[in-house]
Amino acid sequence: MIDTPLEQQKERQLGHRYDAFAKVTGRAKYAAEFPVKNVAYGHIVQADIPAGTVVSIDDAAASRASGVHSIVTPFNAPKLAELGNVNVLQNATVLYSGQPIAVVVARSLPEAQAAAALLRITYKEEAAKLDFKGLLNDARPPKRGGASRRGDPEASAAKAAVTIDETYTTPIQNHNPMEPHATIAWWEGDRLSVYDSTQGISGVQQALARAFSIPQASVHVECPYTGGGFGCKGYVWSHTILAAMAAKAAERPVKLVLERPQMFGPVGSRPNTRQHIKLAAAADGKLLLQQHDSVCYTSMISDWVESAANQTTLLYDSESLSTSHLVVPLNLGMGTWMRAPGEATGSVGLEIALDELAEKLNMDPVELRLVNYAEKDPRQGKPWSSKHLRECYAQAGERFGWSKRVARTGQHREGNSLIGHGMATANYGAGRSPSSAVVRILPNGRVFVGIGTQDLGTGTYTILAQAAALAFSIDPAMVDVKLGDTSLPHSGGSGGSTTAASVGPAVYDAAAQARLKLAQLAAGDAQSPLHGVAAEEIETKDGRIFLKTASGTGPDKSEAITALLARNGGTPVEATATSELVKDRDSFTSHSWGAVFAEVAVDADTHMVRVRRLVATYDIGTLLNDKTGTNQLVGGLVWGIGMALHEESVIDTKYGRTVNENFAEYHVPVNADVGEIDVTCLNIPDFRFNPLGARGIGEIGITGAAAAIANAIYNATGKRVRDFPITPDKLMA
Amino acid sequence: MNPFNYQRATAPEQAIHAITAHNAKFLGGGTNLVDLMKDGVEHPSTLVDINRLNLTQVTATPSGGALIGALVRNSDLANHEMIRRNYPLLSQGLLSGASPQLRNMATTGGNLLQRTRCYYFMDTAFPACNKRNPGSGCAALAGFNRIHAILGTSAGGSGDATECIATNPSDMNVAMAALDATIHVEGPKGKRAIPFAEFHRLPGKTPQIETNLRPDELILAVELPAPKFAKNSWYLKVRDRQSYAFALVSVAAGLEMNGSTIKSARLALGGVAHKPWRSLEAERSLAGTTAGAAAFRKAAELAVAGARAREHNAFKIELAKQSIVRALTLAAEGPQGVQA
Ligand SMILES: Cc1cc2nc3c(=O)[nH]c(=O)nc-3n(C[C@H](O)[C@H](O)[C@H](O)COP(=O)(O)OP(=O)(O)OC[C@H]3O[C@@H](n4cnc5c(N)ncnc54)[C@H](O)[C@@H]3O)c2cc1C
Ligand code: SF4
Repeated sequence: MIDTPLEQQKERQLGHRYDAFAKVTGRAKYAAEFPVKNVAYGHIVQADIPAGTVVSIDDAAASRASGVHSIVTPFNAPKLAELGNVNVLQNATVLYSGQPIAVVVARSLPEAQAAAALLRITYKEEAAKLDFKGLLNDARPPKRGGASRRGDPEASAAKAAVTIDETYTTPIQNHNPMEPHATIAWWEGDRLSVYDSTQGISGVQQALARAFSIPQASVHVECPYTGGGFGCKGYVWSHTILAAMAAKAAERPVKLVLERPQMFGPVGSRPNTRQHIKLAAAADGKLLLQQHDSVCYTSMISDWVESAANQTTLLYDSESLSTSHLVVPLNLGMGTWMRAPGEATGSVGLEIALDELAEKLNMDPVELRLVNYAEKDPRQGKPWSSKHLRECYAQAGERFGWSKRVARTGQHREGNSLIGHGMATANYGAGRSPSSAVVRILPNGRVFVGIGTQDLGTGTYTILAQAAALAFSIDPAMVDVKLGDTSLPHSGGSGGSTTAASVGPAVYDAAAQARLKLAQLAAGDAQSPLHGVAAEEIETKDGRIFLKTASGTGPDKSEAITALLARNGGTPVEATATSELVKDRDSFTSHSWGAVFAEVAVDADTHMVRVRRLVATYDIGTLLNDKTGTNQLVGGLVWGIGMALHEESVIDTKYGRTVNENFAEYHVPVNADVGEIDVTCLNIPDFRFNPLGARGIGEIGITGAAAAIANAIYNATGKRVRDFPITPDKLMA
Repeated sequence: MNPFNYQRATAPEQAIHAITAHNAKFLGGGTNLVDLMKDGVEHPSTLVDINRLNLTQVTATPSGGALIGALVRNSDLANHEMIRRNYPLLSQGLLSGASPQLRNMATTGGNLLQRTRCYYFMDTAFPACNKRNPGSGCAALAGFNRIHAILGTSAGGSGDATECIATNPSDMNVAMAALDATIHVEGPKGKRAIPFAEFHRLPGKTPQIETNLRPDELILAVELPAPKFAKNSWYLKVRDRQSYAFALVSVAAGLEMNGSTIKSARLALGGVAHKPWRSLEAERSLAGTTAGAAAFRKAAELAVAGARAREHNAFKIELAKQSIVRALTLAAEGPQGVQA
């Protein structure tokens, strides 16, 4: 694929989401909505204790209950191949409260639930580890990764004119996409089919094949639409495998949809963090030392690290650096990726610490960041493939009116409201994975794109229609896209903001190859006006094929693609391609950047905080689609509001359960919490990274946002809250 | 959810007859009861659906007050012309609660009886809850008690086996307590009227019994006396987000003013006790004084006198005081329009 200038890409943008009509009209089907004949309903029974063993499950009464087909427990479950980290009834050990310990399958969901209530379960309880604060002494390095060091931290710290040494804490969060996890599974002999709501159909296919020791080709996974994922559908959790297991036991298709409270534990969380940060600076603001040590909980099942300190290694220059991660094993569900894992939490600590440092230095917070601007990747000195963070500060600052900010706290009052302004840097890595795609030029002139990726609601359909339209120079409305089916060419999981950068080029390449085949067809066709012309000399546009040098409109060296195909058997022309990663990718670092500015109003009596304005500018390479792209960034910022003010999964330290496991008590921002949001993108393509110049956009929006809000709250009130979320009680202290 | 019988009543007598079935419950909007049934907290054997009863009107009483049918939906009540004009405090309280969708379903009777949002009560996997399972203990005492009560709790007396520090979560109830409402009910033994202050109970040793309504009694209506505070009232709700959250603390304040002098006052708090917490001491202290910060602060101190904090809810004492002063200030400033 060749680098595609921005103007050409813009021309092929869809003005609305590719799938908008299907979603608005309800025609778009989500995993649990597919009609499957004879489907039975599964209900997962969860452990009520945080640690111990299930001694027995008396299912006599439950088995006799109305409508019950089967009950799978650790005592009768079929043995599966070793799966690693999911609890699929292979043993009776309980590692957290909420762990699946049985599945009841019945004719209807209410019958399955009613029968589940009749199970008589006995446990042998063991002492559980639940109190993170009390168990900090148990903190240990994670099994993999964690620490880094540059320069001589002690010597650098000793030279400091100003030092910040503080601890910041963020709570456990649970993703809770609108669509909970859902699976419908059924067997035909040794072939397994599932509808599954996932961020990675190929991962689901692999896990199921491994679990049931069947060839991957015997597993068919479909997921045309995912109703949000945010990371928690990036892993194959128990319910998917349990649905397949239960379908086998019940000898019929089984539908298993997680209930909202079941989203708190069995499908991953963002672990809490306790970040100790030490910043040492010279009087001119130059950072001498950045030290960032983060501790998070991990489950007893496997180590998962919320790598909060990682971004600190590359965000700013400093003479020395020291970062580390430790984990405290607790009897809780597993941690997992959650929108900007590491950066979302790490930017809270680091960006507040910088605000504190700026105040001590009597320096503007933006200026402090500019003084320490990393011109190259500080880790190995590699150049950035493209970095325009300076422009982000300038543009967002200008739109926000940062120059009018009063640095002294508590100076700005409107009635009972204390007004404050704050800012922070946003950042997220850019990655790609290899991906394949098939493109077909159909006899009716439309173009079909097929690729085994999935759309989480982010806009994958949309940008793929655009990529094919770009390759053929046609209206994107002429493109039909099929995703979410493992019979399509293989693609990776949708996570880490890598999808657009991975699948876009694959589709573009497949389309370019199909176009070449079409040209060859014309060149070899005696009846074509293009007969005998070299294929490389031939182009397509708006449904016609023509000689590059010709205008494409005249009758001489041009014809309609439909006519060419009709003469040649009326069959599609098809090509499959796998996108290659750029060859020199080890010689630079690709990363996305942004600047977020926040204005808050804090009520002087009730201490309620309202985020009145968020202004952000991002450098994310090419903005592939204005609507879907901006939407991702706005969504990230809104989540940043939640991170700053609302979100927290509260664990009861005796029972190990999330006490607020529902939407009434697990607070995310509601409309009234979200003020004006102004998002702009620099839209400077990063062609070193990939030929579309796009770096991926899904996660960066949440980074920095919570810190900007916290810094604004400080500016308003003079109260520095370092423990998140910032609820009214914490502002009273 | 357990299997249950369903009956639909079309007249109060029919409903009252049907409710005598073992473990039967009335079904109003269902926004609380049905949730609790799904969660396994409530398991009625029979639901008596009262939605067809003709208790859906708001009417003026001969004494100048208002009579609110038990089935008047929260949204209809909040937006009723007479209520907005004469009892803006009630409109404001209602509109600060839940979401528009819930308010469209929720009934006046159901709101009066909505149960606590104590986490440990609502999740049956917690073994200890004296309210759900009398004698089992109270998981909130040593648990996460940020949303729990600071007033009227068993004051350390009753011990774990009966103790309960849950709050009444309703906003409507706080406004009605301040307005001195009366609740009209009917049971097999006939009709009676219960003054609002005597309707909800403190936990005492029987936290499972939340009101003095008998299980076989049907709420017919809530009566509000002639308005005295329409000009000078305010409902202030402090919560963790701007909308769709239960109160950390809420204040219903009503002042009857004569120039800058307070003739009489009403003050009730939400989110702090097992019942809407009306403070007669605070009200008495305000009567006859000049409206202003000094009088309001004194009232605030009196209103939370005797408050007892737990590990996570100490902030509520100070927050309640600040909120009382603010609500009284806003009430004194009146007249105020109702904010949606
Ligand atoms: C997510 C969520 C958020 C909420 N937020 C708020 C909030 O911020 N503030 C707030 O105040 N409330 C809030 N609520 C609670 C809401 O106000 C109540 O659920 C509602 O008022 C209950 O009314 P209902 O008619 O649906 O009651 P139902 O659920 O039908 O009944 C509740 C109880 O009352 C009994 N009952 C009903 N009618 C009668 C009658 N006429 N006579 C005798 N008994 C009767 C029923 O048997 C049952 O025991 C929230 C609820 C939810 C689910
Ligand atoms: S506070 Fe009351 S409702 Fe909550 S756990 Fe204790 S006894 Fe149960």
